[in-house]
Amino acid sequence: MTLLEIEHLSKRFTGRRTVASLLRGRVRPVVRAVEDVSFEVGRGEALGIVGESGCGKSTLARCLVRLHEPDAGTMRFEGSDVLALNAASRRRYNRQVQMVFQDPFGSLNPRMTAGQALAEALAVHRIVPSSRIRSRVGELLDDVHLPPGAAERYPHEFSGGQRQRVGIARALAVEPTVLIADEPVSALDVSVQAQIVNLLLELQQRLGLTLIFITHDLRLVKHLSHRVAVMYLGRIVEIGPTAELFTNPRHPYTQALIRAAPQVRPGRRTVEDAVRGELPSPLAPPPGCAFHPRCPIAESGCAREAPVLDQRGGTWPVACHLASPRSTV
Amino acid sequence: MSVPILDVRGLDVVFRTGRGAVHAVDGVDITVAAGEVVGLVGESGSGKSVTLRAILRLLHENAEIGGRVLWRGEDLLAMPAERLRSVRGREIAVVFQEPMSALNPVLPIGLQIDEVMAAHFGRSREMSRAARRARALELLDLVGIASAAERLDQYPHEFSGGMRQRAMIAIALAAEPALLLADEPTTALDVTIQDQILKLLLRLGRELEMALLLVTHDFGVVAETCDRVAVMYAGRLCEVGGVADVFRRPLHAYTAALLGSIPGEGLARSMLTPIPGQPPRIDRPFPGCAFAPRCAYVEPRCHDERPPFTTLAPDHGSACHASARLPERAQ
Repeated sequence: MTLLEIEHLSKRFTGRRTVASLLRGRVRPVVRAVEDVSFEVGRGEALGIVGESGCGKSTLARCLVRLHEPDAGTMRFEGSDVLALNAASRRRYNRQVQMVFQDPFGSLNPRMTAGQALAEALAVHRIVPSSRIRSRVGELLDDVHLPPGAAERYPHEFSGGQRQRVGIARALAVEPTVLIADEPVSALDVSVQAQIVNLLLELQQRLGLTLIFITHDLRLVKHLSHRVAVMYLGRIVEIGPTAELFTNPRHPYTQALIRAAPQVRPGRRTVEDAVRGELPSPLAPPPGCAFHPRCPIAESGCAREAPVLDQRGGTWPVACHLASPRSTV
Repeated sequence: MSVPILDVRGLDVVFRTGRGAVHAVDGVDITVAAGEVVGLVGESGSGKSVTLRAILRLLHENAEIGGRVLWRGEDLLAMPAERLRSVRGREIAVVFQEPMSALNPVLPIGLQIDEVMAAHFGRSREMSRAARRARALELLDLVGIASAAERLDQYPHEFSGGMRQRAMIAIALAAEPALLLADEPTTALDVTIQDQILKLLLRLGRELEMALLLVTHDFGVVAETCDRVAVMYAGRLCEVGGVADVFRRPLHAYTAALLGSIPGEGLARSMLTPIPGQPPRIDRPFPGCAFAPRCAYVEPRCHDERPPFTTLAPDHGSACHASARLPERAQ
């Protein structure tokens, strides 16, 4: 069942006008951080959004939790238009869709104990009566496998992994339906990452959460998500079921990304680059298909017309003029 | 195995701090043969970067370095400063993680390459200015920087992250070193750019017969680039061996646990096998194995008896009491 439905979502940022640009008569630079993005997320689903820096994945996440106001497009949550909600319904949406940030150090108030941070969320959103707050804080800490004593500790007294647990408990405090996690493990030590991955899996199953997580780590996406959306320069270039997409990627960029990601299996060593060229500047994306200057199979038409995300004879959509129903790596 | 060009023996680094001594590197042995690619892997605080820097004595004054670092038979740790200066950059070069802080922001890239050649080949004696410029062009071309002539006159801020790292590598290669030390050279880069830089290092290593000691936290990077790997934990060496051997049959419980906790290999959405707890603080000494509190194979003696480093197979050894009990990994 569709829970969240995004259609033609766009978010642009306009650069600052400088004296130099005024003198040269230049227009203000515009970054199309998210451009015409459409996708659906079902209840209880885990959707991974993957891409490299500047692809718009974090901006998209911030639009979903309404930290950014989109410039165009619609967002429907349980059928109602999120961008047209009245104040009370907006608050309800804000509570239902919670975010877990990459660096919990930056998102937790350093002068509040973990217990105070959780209690504040419970009180502001009136989740439980004030007499129940203390015991609910204890339950939340238990949910993320922190000892009860953690309530008295400040963010700096936790290790990285524990701090991320506090960040997750803080998001769970308001009993959300959707958890949006932006690079939830990339700031953590390698030996601690699996703990947080397991916690996310466990909470999702136990609480029936819908999970949207943003990452550059293909191994993580492959493990955690039911479906994957691949982004390149603001657009989704391919979106499909995880296992199938990893075995049979349709977009040349997805293919390159999978080839480039180092696998924990020796003996695959080559000296061939997975893809040539640099990531273009989001300030001046190439015309047509943004990937065409780096694409191994690009044709002249690719530089003229931007491909739309479409089935193109396959079982999941891809935004590539040259995608055929059965393309393989 | 051929005779190593770099032979690190019993390397010890202790930092004297206001809050006491920190034993950052504790008895590490590593060898690198000519043309070989060796990975030095560990998480933050494992001492891998300090080890790398100690090799060329690039540490702050509060660091006490012990042990021996034999470079072609000569001990770098006992070498007079003058002689060491001719080794640094000329015979052993370094590439750091953050090119933006390693490059000089107010000098054009070309000049920074030229400096290396001028320092090592003499300002006028062996190489003329024109010859050095031609060589700088060649180097930029070699590391895959297009329109090299214009790029030589540009400043680091005009380069993208990947291009800066390429420029760093060009500077490191300027004096044709026999060994390149690379400290997380791709950690700050995107996946497709990381791939390009690693492949570049491999190609250059082959073409120039240059050995590479690569510090990383990513076992994927090790699997795809290295001949041999050394695993560190809490300042100590856990395991050393050929990459295929270590990945097939790890001989240290920490290596086994790390390899077993990486997502994306097993069944999708299954629970991973995490390592409980967190890495230890190295400012407190531990008598036994540093990994014992988190280890699934722990024995009573692990807590108070430090396991000696033992060679158990040809060119494959570890410091683990449980090495015989560790299973072979399914591949």
